[in-house]
Order: sequence, then C-alpha cells, then structure tokens
Amino acid sequence: MNTARRAWRTEMLLIHCPYCGEPRDESEFHYAGEAHIQRPAAPDECSDEDWGRYLYFRRNTRGPHREMWHHAAGCRKFFNARRDTVSYEILETYPLQAAPVGEGAAR
Amino acid sequence: MTAEQINRVEGGCAIDYNAPVAFTFNGECLSGYKGDTLASALLASGRHLVARSFKYGRPRGIVAAGAEEPNAIVQRLSVLNKKSAKSAASAKREKGGASAKSEEGARSEGGAASGKRDASVPNIRATQQEIYDGLAAASTSGWPGLRWHLHGFIGAALGRFMPPGFYYKTFMFPARLWRVYEHFIRKAAGFGRAPQAADPDIYDKLHHHPDLLIIGGGPAGLMAALAAVDSGIRILLVDENPRLGGALLHERESIDGKPAREWAEAAARRLGDAPNVTLLTRTTAVGYHDHNFVVACELRADHLVAAPAGCSRQRLHCIRAKQVLLATGACERGLVFANNDVPGCMQASAISAYRHKYGVVPGQKLVLMTTNDHGYQAALDWHEAGREVVAIVDSRRHAAGKFSHAARSNGIRIIEGSAVFEARGKMHVTGALVAELKAAESQDAESKRPRHSRGSHPQALGNPEKLNAGVDGLRLNEGGHELLPCDTIAASGGWSPVVHLSCHTGAKPIWNPELNCFVPGKTRQAMLTAGAVTGNLTLAHALESGFESAREACRKLGAPPPVPVSENSRAANALLYAPLMDAPLKQSPARNLDAAADALFHIPHPRPSSRAPKQFVDLQLDVTAADIELAAREGFESIEHIKRYTALGFGTDQGKLGNINGIAIAARATGRPIDEIGTTMFRPNYTPVAFGAIAGRECGALFDPERHTAIHPWHAAAGARFENVGQWKRPWYYPQPGESMDDSVRRECLAVRGGIGILDASTLGKIDIQGPDAREFLNRIYTNAWGKLPPGQCRYGLMCGEDGMVMDDGVTACLAANHFLMHTTTGGAARVLEWLELWRQTEWPELKVYFNSVTDHWATAAIAGPKARELLAGLTGIPLGNEEFPFMHWRAAEVAGIPARIFRVSFTGELSYEINVQADYGLRLWEALIEQGRRLSITPFGTETMHVLRAEKGFIIVGQDTDGSVTPDDLGMSWAIGRNKAFSFVGKRGMARQDCAREGRKQLVGLLPEGPEQVLPEGGQLLWNPAALRAKPAPMAGHITSSYYSPTLARSFALALVKDGRSKLGQTIHCALPPRFGRPRTAPARIANPVFYDPKGERQHVE
Repeated sequence: MNTARRAWRTEMLLIHCPYCGEPRDESEFHYAGEAHIQRPAAPDECSDEDWGRYLYFRRNTRGPHREMWHHAAGCRKFFNARRDTVSYEILETYPLQAAPVGEGAAR
Repeated sequence: MTAEQINRVEGGCAIDYNAPVAFTFNGECLSGYKGDTLASALLASGRHLVARSFKYGRPRGIVAAGAEEPNAIVQRLSVLNKKSAKSAASAKREKGGASAKSEEGARSEGGAASGKRDASVPNIRATQQEIYDGLAAASTSGWPGLRWHLHGFIGAALGRFMPPGFYYKTFMFPARLWRVYEHFIRKAAGFGRAPQAADPDIYDKLHHHPDLLIIGGGPAGLMAALAAVDSGIRILLVDENPRLGGALLHERESIDGKPAREWAEAAARRLGDAPNVTLLTRTTAVGYHDHNFVVACELRADHLVAAPAGCSRQRLHCIRAKQVLLATGACERGLVFANNDVPGCMQASAISAYRHKYGVVPGQKLVLMTTNDHGYQAALDWHEAGREVVAIVDSRRHAAGKFSHAARSNGIRIIEGSAVFEARGKMHVTGALVAELKAAESQDAESKRPRHSRGSHPQALGNPEKLNAGVDGLRLNEGGHELLPCDTIAASGGWSPVVHLSCHTGAKPIWNPELNCFVPGKTRQAMLTAGAVTGNLTLAHALESGFESAREACRKLGAPPPVPVSENSRAANALLYAPLMDAPLKQSPARNLDAAADALFHIPHPRPSSRAPKQFVDLQLDVTAADIELAAREGFESIEHIKRYTALGFGTDQGKLGNINGIAIAARATGRPIDEIGTTMFRPNYTPVAFGAIAGRECGALFDPERHTAIHPWHAAAGARFENVGQWKRPWYYPQPGESMDDSVRRECLAVRGGIGILDASTLGKIDIQGPDAREFLNRIYTNAWGKLPPGQCRYGLMCGEDGMVMDDGVTACLAANHFLMHTTTGGAARVLEWLELWRQTEWPELKVYFNSVTDHWATAAIAGPKARELLAGLTGIPLGNEEFPFMHWRAAEVAGIPARIFRVSFTGELSYEINVQADYGLRLWEALIEQGRRLSITPFGTETMHVLRAEKGFIIVGQDTDGSVTPDDLGMSWAIGRNKAFSFVGKRGMARQDCAREGRKQLVGLLPEGPEQVLPEGGQLLWNPAALRAKPAPMAGHITSSYYSPTLARSFALALVKDGRSKLGQTIHCALPPRFGRPRTAPARIANPVFYDPKGERQHVE
C-alpha cells in the first residue's frame, strides 16, 4: 500500500521510461499487470464468461511478455514494456497508445 | 613481548614491520604487525588450531589465505571502547605475559559504558580480518576449549557411526521432540553467536553508475583499467584485498624484468591519480544481479582501532554498470586425502601468500603435494626462507616446468608419480604417508567403477583395494609407502576459476575437460571476462585478456579504444604496453597448466574410503569422500541431491575449496564424466554480508519514515498516544493523568455526543481533479451519480474495482464546474491516485481531466458535536444556519483570519465541520479552535473515539469492514449505485456477476452481545450453532469486522459480515472466543441493524 515502505529493497531492474526518455531504477516504478487488455466496449452486454475472461484471465508467459509499468515516482505515466520473464531482459518499452511492435505483436 | 612470532621472516610486502600490533585470540595476548590478517598473525606466532569441526569436533587449522577459508571462522568480540582496549592492550604488551586474559576486561568495560549494545561480529574469516590494536577474537566452536573439546571426543569415538543425515536419521522419533534435540545439537555445532543487543555501528550505501566496473584488482583487472583509463570512460575497480595486485603480490613472476609486484604498485598509483577511475579496496563484489546491477560490500572500519567519527563500519556499494569485467581470478583446489584436515594441511598458494605478503612461514618442515608446476612455488618460497622442504610429491610422472626445474636445481627432493595419501598427527601434522600412483588398467576401472558405486557386486566388495581407484583410474602402488616426517603439508590440485559472480546472473558454468575446471557460462548481462577466471592461468594471458577486454568494453561503450600494441605505443606508455610486449613472459608456459596439471582430485588410499581415515571434501561442513560415495550408493544421482544429502558446499564458504572435488568424486561414484554430472549454481552472496550493511541507514527511525501532520507538535504536547495509519502517526487518544485508554475513549465519546470534540483529519487522502471532463470521469470511476452535483456541494462516493468489490470511499466536493476535490481513505491515497491515472491513461485517454495529490497541502481540523456551530460562529463571518450552509455543502471562508474551505460533512453522526487550511496554517487554526472552544469545554479526540462514533452510526471503514470481497450491496449501500448512469461505470458489470447476486453472501449487520459489557473480538468467527464449533471445519456464518464498547449506548456492540445477515435481524448468533483451559468458548449476540445511533440522521442535519 505504501510505496516508500518497500524502498529499502535492493532494486534490480533498469527500466527505460519512454516518456522521461531515460533508464531509471525499478524502485521508481510499479508493475501494473499485463498490457494490451481491452475493456469490452459494452460491458453490460458481456456474458459472465467473457467478463470473467477480461477480468481474471492473464497469460502466464515464459519468455517475452507484454506488460504495463507505472512510473509512479517519476512522471506518473503508464507505459508498455516487453520483458523476457526468464532472463528479465526488457526488450523494449513504448507509450501506451503506440501499437505493439516486434515479436509477438499480433494479438 | 607476548608469544614470540616464531614463524615471522623478512620480506612481507603487506605489513609494516615498524608497527607492532597487539591483539587477543581466545583470551591469549598475541602480537603481529600492521597489515597482518588475523590468520597471518596467528600463524606467525605458531597458532594453528583455530576451530573444532562442525560435525566430528576435529581440530582444525588455517587452510587458505583469502575468502575461500573454510575453517578459520571466528567471532570478533564486543570491544566497544576500542580506544581504551588499545591502551589496555599496549599496557599489557609492555608488561609482558604470554597469555594474559584481557578479553573479559575489555568486554565488561565496553558493556558498562554503553548499556545494551553488542558490537560482537560473527562469521568473520580470520584470513580477511586485518588486525588492529586491541582486536579481540575467539573461536566459534569448541567447548569447553579448543584443545580439550567434548564434541571432539564424541566425534572421535562415534564418528564412524555418523553418516550423512545422521542427526535427522537418529533424532527422528518422536517428531515433536526434534525441537528439543535441535536445541542441543545446534548449540554444540554452529558457527558463531548472534549478537544479543543493538548494533552500535553505522552502515551506509553508495550508488555508482560507472561505464565500466572491473571486479578484481589482479593483473587482468589492473591491465584492463590501465588500458581503458585514457578513453575517458568512468571506471570503478573493486578488490576485496587491502592492496591491489592480486596474485602478483605473492607470486614469483616478473614483468619487464622487474618483480611483478612493482608493476602492480605502479599501475595502482597511475589509476589512483586518474580522475575518471574510482578504486575501492577491501570491497567484495558479493552479488551480480539483473541489468548489470552489482552489489559490493566495503569494509571501511573493520581494520581500524576506532572508526573516525561518523564513518560507517561497512558500506554497501550499489553499482549499475554499463559494462562489467569479471577479473576475479581463480582459487586453488585442495586435494582429498586421508586426514587432510589436520592442522598443518594447507593450500600451496596460501604458503606463498603468507610468505610474500605477510612474511610468515607457517612451519619448519614442508611436504608439498602438487599436480602441476605452479604448486612448486610454495616449496621454493619455503626453501628460500631457510626452512626445510622435506620433499615435493608430484603426481605427474615427469615433473616439468620452470618452477620444478628451479626446485631441482635447489637440490629439493622431488618424488614423481606419487601422492600423499594420508597425513599423520592428531592436533598437528607430524608426517605424510607417500606412495606411488599408478594407472589402473583402464578396462578394470571401466567395468568395476559403476558396480562398486552401487555396492551390488560381491566381487567388487571383496577386493576394495583394487577398486578404490582415483578419479582417473589411478590407484596406489601396492609396493609400499614411505613416511615423511613434517609439520606442514601443502597441496595444490589445480585451480578453480572464481565463477560465482557469473553464476549469479543465471549462467551455468561449463566444464572444460582440458583445463579441468569450470569456466563462466554464457550470460545475458553485459559482461566480459579476463584473466584466470577464463581458465587460462598464465600471466601473459591475464595481461593480454585484460587489454583486450578494455578494447571490447570501449568499443561497446562507443569510447576511443586504447591504441594497439606497438613499439611506438610502448615508447609513449611503458606502464601499459611493456608488460604486453614482455617476451619472456609470453614464451614462458610457467602458469599454463593446460598441459601440466593432472586431473587428480581424490588420492586413493590402501583402504576403501569408508574405512580409511576421513578424507575431507568440504572442511567447513565435515563432508567426506566416503559420505559422497555413500550418497551415490543410497541412490542419489543428481549432484543437487547429493549436495543436499551430504550438505556439500552448504556452509558459509559455499564450498569454494571443496565443491569441484566433491563433484569429481560424485562423478566417479556414479560412473559418469564430470561435465555430465554438472555443477551446482552459486548464489549471492559471494561472502556473507552483515545484515547491518544490507539495512544501511534504513534502520531505527529511518527504517520506515513517519509522516506527521502540521498539528503533530500540539498532539505530542497534549500527551496523545499515537496510532500508525499507513505511514502516518495519528493521535489515537488523549489520556489525561490517571486515565486508561478505555477511560479516555469514554470521555472523548461523550464529549462529542454531548458537547464538542476536535479531530485532526489532515491525513485523509485528497486528490485535486480538474478539467472539462472531470465530472464525466467521476461518473465513470464512482458507483454513484455525479452529473448534477453543483459547485458548493459534496457527495459521498463509493469506488469499486472492475470486479464490483468496494475498494475505497470518501467525500468528493464540487469546487467549480470543472474542479473537484476527492477525499480518500488515509491509507488508500496513493493507491487511488494510481487507480485514477490508470483509467484515464489506458481506457479513457480522450477525457480531459488531470489529477494532483494535495494530501499534504491541506491541514484539516474536524470539529464535531452539538456545539460545533456555536464554536465556528465565533471564528468566521459567514452564516452557518441550516438554510445558508446545509449538510453536505462546503463554503470558502476565513476561519480565525485564515483562508479556509469548510466542509459540512460528518463521520461521527454529529453536527460537524471539517475546516481545511493551507498546511502551514494548520497548527494556528487548531490553536485558535482550541482557544475559542475552551469555554465550550472542547475535547480533542483521537482515531479510537472516531472509530467508536462512526461504528455507532454504521459507517464503514474500507479495509476494516470490507476485505476486497464485499460489494456495495453486501454493505447495504445499494443507494450509492447509480444504475441508470449512461456509462457502464467501473464495477457495474462486476457486481452483476452471478456470484454477486447469489444467496448466502455475507452482508453487513450490527451485533448486540448478550452481555452488554462484553466486547467481542474483532475478527471473531460467527456460528449459528455453538455446538458446531467442535466440527472440523466448523460451519462459519460470518465474522466480526468492528467491535467496541459504546459509552453513548452504555453497552458493547459490533459490526459483522454475516451470511444473509439482513434477513436474520433479531436472531441470535454465536461468536467463537479463544479457548480457555483447552475448552472452546462462544458468546451469543443478537443480530441488529448496523445503525445503532440516530438512525434517521437527524443530528447531522440539526438546525
């Protein structure tokens, strides 16, 4: 709940914020879950199953994974990243509205 | 003088012979010189015995000279007043007395001076602890003493009955008694004592962002730094030793015709002068993490008598490097032979290190066993110091190489094709048994080895001698053996590259069968390697690969690389280029063990391992060759399982010396090649790091920063007790003299209900929301409707997640058509702001709306009670009547001359105003209200009273009465759901799910305990039938979320979530209580409406 409470933790990842244009330490960011999940345009017409899928079902990718990060202690912008969940390499970061590019872009 | 330094000789480059140092070890006063490590000083005085072993209690001595030391793990004692210890120690030095007990004196002195502080430090490697005047260190094992040791007698008598897993196998039954056994077993073993009181030292952290981080200041690391220094890139070089130079400080090498040590010193000077280079000595890179993040721990004051004022004891360097160069070198492997743990058995390279760095030759008569030419250096160093080298035992049939040549020309006896298979001696080495090695017929070895390893071949068991072949099919010549009297046995079994840091990155090390070692595997980090860590041990290679790595690093960094090697470049920069053009160095295969070293790990013994004297693989955890063979026989095949079964490499030294030998023995026992059995990964940290260093300055008051409101000083002066809410310190209650908490809360409650109270509400989260689409945004994010709220009015809002569950609530005021102020719960402020941003940025980027946290900008004093209007009227000019300023409205006005926003809202159910002023006027406002309220007997109240009052009104606290599985409807708050809003607001679809509409959901209700004085426990589980409590699982009907005693109602009450609770009003339910005398207990309570007080809400609307 309190971001500063975990600030003692040794931060590991170096994340390039596409808005600030700089690599910054992980401690400035919050993880914000899988990227490119579209909220159904008409939620009230969704079946429970479709809504459940939107709400709860997430990929459990081994390898390059598209996810959102929030530059919470910086510009407060959300952005997308493609990160390898095995090696923790961050392959790219890009603004939210930018279309995904690169490997696995088609969804 | 104290005990004589019988083993001290001239020529130690790391020590200052003019600066004697007095210290104590196990209470005995000893002396050494400045620059000595505890280990070198102990050896100088002939003190070898430093520990009793972990499992068998065997005597143990110093084996190594660096971080790999497995035995000499000591405790630095708590000598707090180091200065007084120094004077005490020097006084003793003058008086003399070989074994004066100074330890108790120093400790009690320190203890008296500082109360509950304990500066003793466990887990110190004597080989890395520099001595200083007054240092007091002690062994961590051995009771009652190192020489007469109880555990040792047991180990000696019963050792053969103690296989791997002995303790777990033996003390299994009954299982519940393991805790009792464990207590005694751990006491008898163990590697030190955790300090019992607060750490008096300070620690800090420093962040670095170098272009190039070089780990290791040996020849490769120094060369790389020299080569890169002129490119202008920022270089950070860390080395764990006090002096740069690595092996150059003690090896018999020369560079450009001069001792290599001189080149290292010149290089260190050059680097020290360069503005773009930072050199950190006494700094161990302990962890290599993602994205080239390296953590290094610097020992800043551990070698000093007293740290300079304000100097941290240790500093953790957090290094984010663009490129990392591993020049970590290699660590010498011991050899596994019988009784190889008796004090006096050492690594060959350690002999050289002690001789050249510290001027210490740790014995009189040396037997050296080696598998390679490099090991001969130890014997040459010993010989030159004027001590006797009894013999060099070389496993190779034909000793070759320049050092063996030198040994031969010095007339040293060389026994070729042989090995020391057993050490003699109990407390110290007295002799070495040597026998000839011969290759077992390969077919014999092939066919018998696997069978033997499974113990199923009767013939194999009947003929142990033949089968007990060395790793590579070697066995002892049956022709007999020779006993060489000696006091030191040095062994060199080749070299293991220090691959630990590379392993931290997830790179599996790779076995190189030609070099007989593991080399760093492929990593994804921006990492380069140079020097012996690559497996090539020649000095020429170290220098060349250092240079090449620097070129590569510069290229990757886009910096100008060093000019290539040529006569011209040599003329311009001899320091850098002369070593690279040193012809003799390039030709000499002196340290190239590629061809020279035998693949010998385990010296065969005439008896099988299980019956021979113990052959130790891991000295720290007492793992023997027989243990590993037994593990293989018992069916453990994976090296990971063998490790866990035998504890191989699980000590604090991470098996730096023994792992490779252990893997080789396991490979033989399971009949597989080494590269197939694989190695295990090394994990951070390379050497143990003090918790203090990891915590840094984030301890005590700085561990978790506190947030104080602007009014905090007044609360503190008024004697308030504080409660932690998030990071805020909120006044909990204000006890008057002699009052208990219950008394205070009762008084405060009655004051608010009957007169007037004042609460500091500054901590409520406040988010300023502006923009033409602000109203639309609120419509979408809150469950209720915001379309018609005009400026000047407020509304309670309920916020849900997409799953329809309540996540926050608060009052939002319309300040202007495009301007709102949202209040959140105190703990939810940061989370809610992130939530708003998430929706605006991801789903509704078209909405023009902006958020800003203004929690800290405003201070809020909430006045509540029937006299609130009367109080406020005295401080402001605006009309406060119900017509002009109704409930759920706000007004901008001056209060006590301070510009303010007054919100007429209520969380207590009373007439109430929340007065917001700019935070720096907060205290002034508060004091004015208190002053004005004095004649009304204004009573400050804290969060506890606020909780009681709001619960009496049935107002929820999100996070207390909800838990993320509660919908607005469950709370009976369907009125706050704007089902007709055009936009499908966040949470609407979620709360329409089947599960949210089903029967049996837990609903918020009130509870009235049958005993009006009994306050039920919050979190208490509820049952319809108290008898069912014994069932497993008991059928639970719900739980209590809030429970208090109400002074107003003069009885206890509670809020609870109960299955279908709203349809059970008036029924009796039972709350489970903690058992008493083993008997389960319950308390009955009646289900009631959750609004206990003023159900029509007349008081907050009062005229």
